[in-house]
Amino acid sequence: MATETFTLTSHRKRPVERAIKIALFGCAAFSVLITVGIIYTLLVDTITFFGNVSIVDFLTKANWSPQSGSFGVLELVWGTMIITVGAMLVAGPLGVATAVYLSEYAPARVRRVVKPILEILAGVPTVVFGYFALNFITPELMRAIYSDCGIFNWGSAALVLGLFILPTVASLSEDAMRAVPSSLRQAGYGLGSSKLRVSMRVVLPAALSGVVAALILGISRAVGETMAVTIAAGATPQIAFSPCASVQTMTAYIVQVAGGEASTGSVEYGSIFALGSTLFAITLLLNSLSIRFVKRFREVY
Amino acid sequence: MIVETELVRDDIPIPEEHPAPVFQVRDVAVTYGGQPAVEGITMDVPSDRITALIGPSGCGKSTLIRCFNRMNDLIPGAAIAGRIDYHGLDLYGPNVDPVEVRRRIGMVFQQPNPFPKSIYENVAFGLRVNKMTDDLDARIEKALRDAALWDEVKRKLKTPATSLSGGQQQRLCIARALATAPDVLLMDEPCSALDPIATTKIEDLMHQLKTNYTILIVTHNMQQAARVSDRTAFLTVQGSEEEGIIPRGVLVEFDDTERIFTNPSDSRTEDYITGRFG
Amino acid sequence: MAVRIETLTRRRSWTTRFGDRLAEASLLAATAVGLIALTVLLWTVLDQGATALNWPFIRNFASRIPERAGIWPPLVGTIYLMLLVTAASFPLGVGAAIYLEEFAPRNRLTSAIETNIANLAAVPSIIYGLLGLALFYRAMNLGRSLLTGALTLTLLVLPVIIIATREALRAVPHSIRLGAMALGATRWEAVYKQVLPIAIPGIMTGTILGLSRAIGETAPLLVAGAAAFVAFTPDHLLDAYSALPIQIFDWVRRPQPDFQALAAGAILVLLALLLTMNAIAIVIRNRYYRRNR
Repeated sequence: MATETFTLTSHRKRPVERAIKIALFGCAAFSVLITVGIIYTLLVDTITFFGNVSIVDFLTKANWSPQSGSFGVLELVWGTMIITVGAMLVAGPLGVATAVYLSEYAPARVRRVVKPILEILAGVPTVVFGYFALNFITPELMRAIYSDCGIFNWGSAALVLGLFILPTVASLSEDAMRAVPSSLRQAGYGLGSSKLRVSMRVVLPAALSGVVAALILGISRAVGETMAVTIAAGATPQIAFSPCASVQTMTAYIVQVAGGEASTGSVEYGSIFALGSTLFAITLLLNSLSIRFVKRFREVY
Repeated sequence: MIVETELVRDDIPIPEEHPAPVFQVRDVAVTYGGQPAVEGITMDVPSDRITALIGPSGCGKSTLIRCFNRMNDLIPGAAIAGRIDYHGLDLYGPNVDPVEVRRRIGMVFQQPNPFPKSIYENVAFGLRVNKMTDDLDARIEKALRDAALWDEVKRKLKTPATSLSGGQQQRLCIARALATAPDVLLMDEPCSALDPIATTKIEDLMHQLKTNYTILIVTHNMQQAARVSDRTAFLTVQGSEEEGIIPRGVLVEFDDTERIFTNPSDSRTEDYITGRFG
Repeated sequence: MAVRIETLTRRRSWTTRFGDRLAEASLLAATAVGLIALTVLLWTVLDQGATALNWPFIRNFASRIPERAGIWPPLVGTIYLMLLVTAASFPLGVGAAIYLEEFAPRNRLTSAIETNIANLAAVPSIIYGLLGLALFYRAMNLGRSLLTGALTLTLLVLPVIIIATREALRAVPHSIRLGAMALGATRWEAVYKQVLPIAIPGIMTGTILGLSRAIGETAPLLVAGAAAFVAFTPDHLLDAYSALPIQIFDWVRRPQPDFQALAAGAILVLLALLLTMNAIAIVIRNRYYRRNR
């Protein structure tokens, strides 16, 4: 029978196929290498740093002046924190309100105009926001309220940072709200509720996990932001409450040192890695938290 | 079966006559991630005939037909047990290349899925990847003629395939599959997305094709199965939540089409045929 | 009994309706804040920067004297960076995305890689700067060079490109892959010959958008050794370099209003560059969207 010569085995050479697959896998695995690189880099210099500086002092003292060898980080943490809080006070309510408006109220024409504008806002480099803080926010806004405001102040930094993360909060919250099935809205309207009631009492609570995820992501971006806060808030590590005071964030300090001429192995050089590790840990935590909320949201819808 | 040997590559001779069944299926079962989809399938698919797989939804007809060209391999978590012989060779044997299998066993899908390229390039694709590029134009013309599409497209071969109507697109997909000179054509509900006129054209085409090809067709349309096929296999769902058995598809009856539709042996078949369920 | 129709209309008092109207207006106002802010920002930049924008400004080198200062080296630096980053990140990013989307088995390793990439996309850019400093600047001894900056930005942009490419690949209907493989194509052939051509416009759009983000990044470059005062344009990968955002940062920090004007001018150039890139991305997306449907 002719079946002996009839086979189903391959007549084409396939080593090229295998090689391609391996090369592609290499590309994907490279991304793991990047993470390994980041963690290794941060850890090594951080550990060296804490060989010279007490980690307890680092974490609990507020006396950041590297020239004199004191590394209590609380002042920098304060700088990052107060600006982040201020930014979220701006971006949180405005962002969610924008999201509610776009998702529940806005006619298609308006959405078509507003969404691209928000995207543009999101694409503006943060140096530009720093410029905006120095050339408009501080002279026109801050000094309108407090006439003797310093040129570098954390209030303006918080405001521009809020503007910067506004599109992120708004678009993610809006996605969450749009994902709420319209049957829920119909149920609300069917019971005689007004649009406001339905939006606030039905849609927003339903989208809550997604909105929370958006807010957490906003916080994460604010914490990690560098240029706007460096330009706007200055370089004075201090715990100051007045929005007119200058503060320094962790990120601003890193830029200050790295831009300078600190020699490798010096304690100052190590300090930026210690701060980097802190930042990395905080944002990793926030991002994981945000993803968890997104997952919880997706499970429901 | 008479295969036009000039279309077949010289180093793989296909036997000229095949009184033996094309496929011999022995106790085949398919699971997806451990969940049974279909089991206990034993049947012989005759050559140069049209065999229909019918049954209610969920009975595993599509799962079964995908076994014949190893398309289930592409579904993560799919596993097959049992044996399928193709011209006497184990389709799932250790050295068998699924890609080679798919050259010989063509498939047409429920939704016409032409590539967003020209008509010419659609038919040429299978030829190119299988290195059958000698006399490309002639092969493409023959495939389009065999699919009863040549006259309608011969003047616009370079226009996009997506500009064709649904029925024409499906015939293009048939031409595409025929181009690589398979001896089997698997059709998974090929007409369910088409209007009745297009459906009739494809059914006529199937009658023409069966002189040279073995055709296996899944259809949920019983009348179509009765019109078109020579042999029919009826599958149904066995097990239910109330019984505590995970539902899976089983083969109830496999016989000449005329017998299945006029005098079925199994009451389940009769119930389905007469519309009592399914 | 006939129902008194008045009760249906009087049901919601004017206070409630007024409240609803007020609420809607407030929401609209809140939305408008972002738009107004952007407008004011652009106006501020234009107002101060338009005076600085002229051909000598673009063509001049850095100078301590505002009237003679220009952005040529930073502009060239930015363009070089853009080209280098594209050359490095495009193959790596697209390759990784193709693997993850088309070839990777659904197992723990794949999930771990995917999670990892999502996390990397959210890491603050300054961390990439630290990585660049320690790895490229110091360990690989590349110093304050164009190469250091380009490599640092490549790492930054890679996760973004991977994610965008995966989206583009996912948008290709699965039936195309099945159709191709049912004809006897291998998985790579199906991807390379059918899926990729359809996904290319989406990939390019995503890449351009990712690049436009990289162009505006300042912090990673600062940390990894870019300089603001660079006398010459880089001729060689290992030469010192500057970039537009760096120059902007440098000028913004100087108190003299002349330098603020220069900063504004440089911002305008940067924004023009970004606008062009985004416009190209949108044109590509629109043109090929129709073609491939």
